[in-house]
Amino acid sequence: MSTPNMEVLKIFIPFIVMLIIIGFYYVLMTKNLIRILLGLEIITKAAILAIIVAGYVTNNMAMAQSLVIIIIIIEVFVIAVAAGVIIHIYKQTGSVDVRNIRNLKG
Amino acid sequence: MVVFSSKLIIGAISLALTSIMITILMFQLNSPLAAVFELSICAGLITVIFITTISFVKPATEEELIVSRKRRLKKYIYLPVLVAIAGYLVSLAIRPLSLKLPEIIQETNVRNVLWNLRQVDLLGQAIVLLIGVFGIVVLFKEGRKK
Repeated sequence: MSTPNMEVLKIFIPFIVMLIIIGFYYVLMTKNLIRILLGLEIITKAAILAIIVAGYVTNNMAMAQSLVIIIIIIEVFVIAVAAGVIIHIYKQTGSVDVRNIRNLKG
Repeated sequence: MVVFSSKLIIGAISLALTSIMITILMFQLNSPLAAVFELSICAGLITVIFITTISFVKPATEEELIVSRKRRLKKYIYLPVLVAIAGYLVSLAIRPLSLKLPEIIQETNVRNVLWNLRQVDLLGQAIVLLIGVFGIVVLFKEGRKK
């Protein structure tokens, strides 16, 4: 007999796995840098949801919420710096296609 | 929508909508503080950053959009099937799962956890903040020189 918290886990885990697959598929298939960033955002959303569900299931919401707050703040900086890098690449190469930035290859 | 939209701006707005949906789920799961952060930062600030970045990039012409739409359809046609199969398999795999979860109720106040228990994380966060600011300053300084 499973507890109500376990039922929540069973409902959310397939949803989280689906979000992660969508994010990874998007990152792997696209060549556009902005779209890659959008894919990373989807994966982060899945991670945030997983932490919240884990906190709910283990009855430790305070810890889960504090972790999520820290992740969200770090995520903003990652996105801001990545956006700056993308704008810089666009100014240098005139495109946001990853195939046009092969000059860094060794 | 984020994946299938051929226009970047629609993708960014769809991501904001996904954030709003996750916010609602967070409210349902008794985490209002994290939900407020998700709504204001992920659905608000990050969308603004994305739209600003997209506005810097040259928009695609109508012909390019038609070509990319066809290419995208070919690329992502397997995605819904893959996602549906993965979701079904995972739900089948976890159905018989009946773990005895521990009753952990250590601290119920988020403020106490954040400021007393997770001080090292806050330090790391401050370092990331400084590195982020430094990165942006370096990137735009280089641009100004040219």
